[in-house]
Amino acid sequence: MDYLDQLEAQSIYIFREAYRHFGKLGMLWSIGKDSTVLMWLAQKAFFGHCPFPMIHVDTNYKIPKMIEYRDKTAKEYGLNLIVHKNQEALDEGMCPGKGRLECCKALKTEALTQVTKKYEFEGLILGIRRDEEGSRSKERVFSERNADSEWDYTDQPPELWNQFKTDFKKGNHIRVHPILHWTEIDVWQYIKRENIPLIDLYFSKSGKRYRSLGCAPCTTPIESNATTIDEIVEELKNTKQAERAGRAQDRENAHAMQQLRKAGYM
Amino acid sequence: MKNTLNIVVVGHVDHGKSTLIGRLLYDTNSLPEGAIERVKNISKEKGKSFEYAYLLDAFEEEQKQGITIDTTQLKFSTKKRNYIIIDAPGHKEFLKNMISGAASAEAALLLVDANEGIQEQSKRHGYILSLLGITKICVIVNKMDLIDYSEEKFNQIQQDFNEFLGNLNIYPLKYIPVSAFNGENITRESDKMTWYRGEPILKAIDLIENDKKLIDKPLRFPVQDVYKFDERRIIVGKIESGSIKAGDEILISPTDKTTRVKTLEHWAERDKTDIARVDMSVGITVEDEFFNKRGEFISHKENSPLKGNFFNANLFWMGKNDLVKDKKYKIKLATQQTECEVFSINRVIDASTLKSAGDTNTVKRNDVAEITIKTKLPVCFDEFKNFKNTGRFVIIDDLNVCGGGIITGIDDSLKNRELTSKSINISPRKRLVSRIDREERYRQKGKVIWLTGLPGCGKNEIAVKLEKKLFDLGKNVYYLDSANIRFGLSSDLTFTEDDAHEQTRRIAEAANLFADSSMVTVVTSVSRFRSDREYAQQIIGKNSYVEIFVDASREICKKRNKKGLYEDSDNILNYEYSEEPVITLYIEDADFNADKKAESIIKLIEGQLELQ
Repeated sequence: MDYLDQLEAQSIYIFREAYRHFGKLGMLWSIGKDSTVLMWLAQKAFFGHCPFPMIHVDTNYKIPKMIEYRDKTAKEYGLNLIVHKNQEALDEGMCPGKGRLECCKALKTEALTQVTKKYEFEGLILGIRRDEEGSRSKERVFSERNADSEWDYTDQPPELWNQFKTDFKKGNHIRVHPILHWTEIDVWQYIKRENIPLIDLYFSKSGKRYRSLGCAPCTTPIESNATTIDEIVEELKNTKQAERAGRAQDRENAHAMQQLRKAGYM
Repeated sequence: MKNTLNIVVVGHVDHGKSTLIGRLLYDTNSLPEGAIERVKNISKEKGKSFEYAYLLDAFEEEQKQGITIDTTQLKFSTKKRNYIIIDAPGHKEFLKNMISGAASAEAALLLVDANEGIQEQSKRHGYILSLLGITKICVIVNKMDLIDYSEEKFNQIQQDFNEFLGNLNIYPLKYIPVSAFNGENITRESDKMTWYRGEPILKAIDLIENDKKLIDKPLRFPVQDVYKFDERRIIVGKIESGSIKAGDEILISPTDKTTRVKTLEHWAERDKTDIARVDMSVGITVEDEFFNKRGEFISHKENSPLKGNFFNANLFWMGKNDLVKDKKYKIKLATQQTECEVFSINRVIDASTLKSAGDTNTVKRNDVAEITIKTKLPVCFDEFKNFKNTGRFVIIDDLNVCGGGIITGIDDSLKNRELTSKSINISPRKRLVSRIDREERYRQKGKVIWLTGLPGCGKNEIAVKLEKKLFDLGKNVYYLDSANIRFGLSSDLTFTEDDAHEQTRRIAEAANLFADSSMVTVVTSVSRFRSDREYAQQIIGKNSYVEIFVDASREICKKRNKKGLYEDSDNILNYEYSEEPVITLYIEDADFNADKKAESIIKLIEGQLELQ
């Protein structure tokens, strides 16, 4: 077993624990590389029969190509896809211009809370990773959120020996993080090994590529000539840039992500 | 691809764990620009010079208070391999988070502040590491700059800490004097401590060996779930030890059903295989489709897990409420989950002094204890020393994991079986004097020395001498002669095969009671069936059972055996040898010297008898 095999086996174990313990389970699919790897792992865990729906929280501001790709892929795979927008906020004119953090809060965090409540999800599977940023680095694999999706990160329960938090108060839900232990390079090497289809925004066109995907107004591509996965891996090995450097909301203040995530952000 | 080592950094609060890791990452160029930039800004805001610790202490609360609240993991690499380095909080209040971090590590750096010396959490963390089964430990003596890089003080700390850790059977690989803040002995040799001949941290960790994979160990495959998405009925789970392949005959515990593996299932073409090994998450189909359920253990027939509803464990408690007797808890062991209670608290240990606490009614938060657990339903398990992953469990109280434990053995008086009795309404009674109490009082461990061999092999003569010699050595010893039992306890039995099985069972049960009373018990029993001896070992418990095979040729037996007490009529007996090596005593001559043989037995098992 090589290192990727070990990562994969652990992720599959986590998927199966989540499916076993939560009656109502959903998986966030952002169209990005991480959640696409999640989809792939779910296929493996359940032998091609992913037994829960995908959820896309659509902010209305996503890079248009992402929506195109989403609808095409959903059709091809016959995905059970829930698309949710915080329509109320959009109707009231929410946009990044009103403040990036406010916008993220309304169109992502609140939208996610709405869809969680609407479908009464007990478990939500997300593709976050420890190496993305500080508050995620301190996450648990099974991480509880209260009825308002809030995260009490100052008092997280013990998590050891693959015994995850599966008991919780009704109305709360558990965020399940099957690839928490993967790094950005792991993700790319796995995509390459498994030959996983991926949206082409990640590959360089006229000297630029997206390293992390998000909403069009707040996401900037990086300078890059990497057109293949191998070139991307090589680039990542040598870069000193952070993965989410192109995500504007992260840099609103020193603890922006912590504040967002405390309130229920992915 | 390079392999990966998970390494945790532990130690007392403020001894510099986060700083050390931050420094390691910084000096190995493992940090993205953004991270360093951010920490520079935060440090400046707070009017401090560059704080390496902020690289890990990401939470605002952590930076404000200057302490690590929760554990985190970061990756970095050397030329040799990749590391996941785990930061663990040192504050007593966050011991649960320290354990969450340390539980996934293979090796540890245990940090001690050179100026403050060994503190409460240095010791407690040392203890927790030993409970988690982490033995590859380097002790890092940090802040050497504060004691002028003094060799003498370093040696003193090393001597003191060795004494403490030795009591826990922890023998550190190295002691390394460093100054994390100044970068001395982190990535390269320090010129401030030329007296230190060893490696700096970065080189020292490269010398730590990865754990051996458990491929050659017996199979343990706890059932995680059973899927029926299509025409296949797939049993899924993670292989915790050993390997499994199509065609294998398997045993499903605790129900003891046997069947054969039909296929190993896969979704992606590249995962197609006929064999699955330890750590893999797999799905199998089997030939006989019984009702299978989560929690069952799949093993090979010849090496099954232990099962029962009592076992002894070493436990650490992290709950807000004390652990108490007579309360229902939930236990999770591998994929099993059932109700349990604490049958007895045998010893509560202050992890920083290793002294027993007087009160054994409760286990308080951050205490460590030796307890006996009783589960409502029988569970499958192993001893932790043999199988890490199936030898440990967690206890849930109030919706949270509150305790973690490793299984040290099956309960000595109640043993490894589902307690069933033909009389209803009987359940084991709690006693006020335990075997451990007796063993402490009489200063000896209860043991059964089981001499097996064909009639006439000489085991009885040897046993007589053995009893006398052990008695003279000051042991409380009793010789249980199976032939004598035939006149009393087993006077209803004949010498048929069935009765031979029953006779062995009775001897084992009787010997077990003697051992429980802390007696060193010498038993002679033909017990020519391997399964009988295995059953005896199961009844008595692996730790208390010492099997000695007295091996004499058929000719010698015939020559010596004048009583004719054979277990079958035609005087031809076959002895089923054990597969695992047992102590064998060869009888080469009909007129052997029983004294000498008894002496050689004592020599062979002197360690187990704790003879000085």
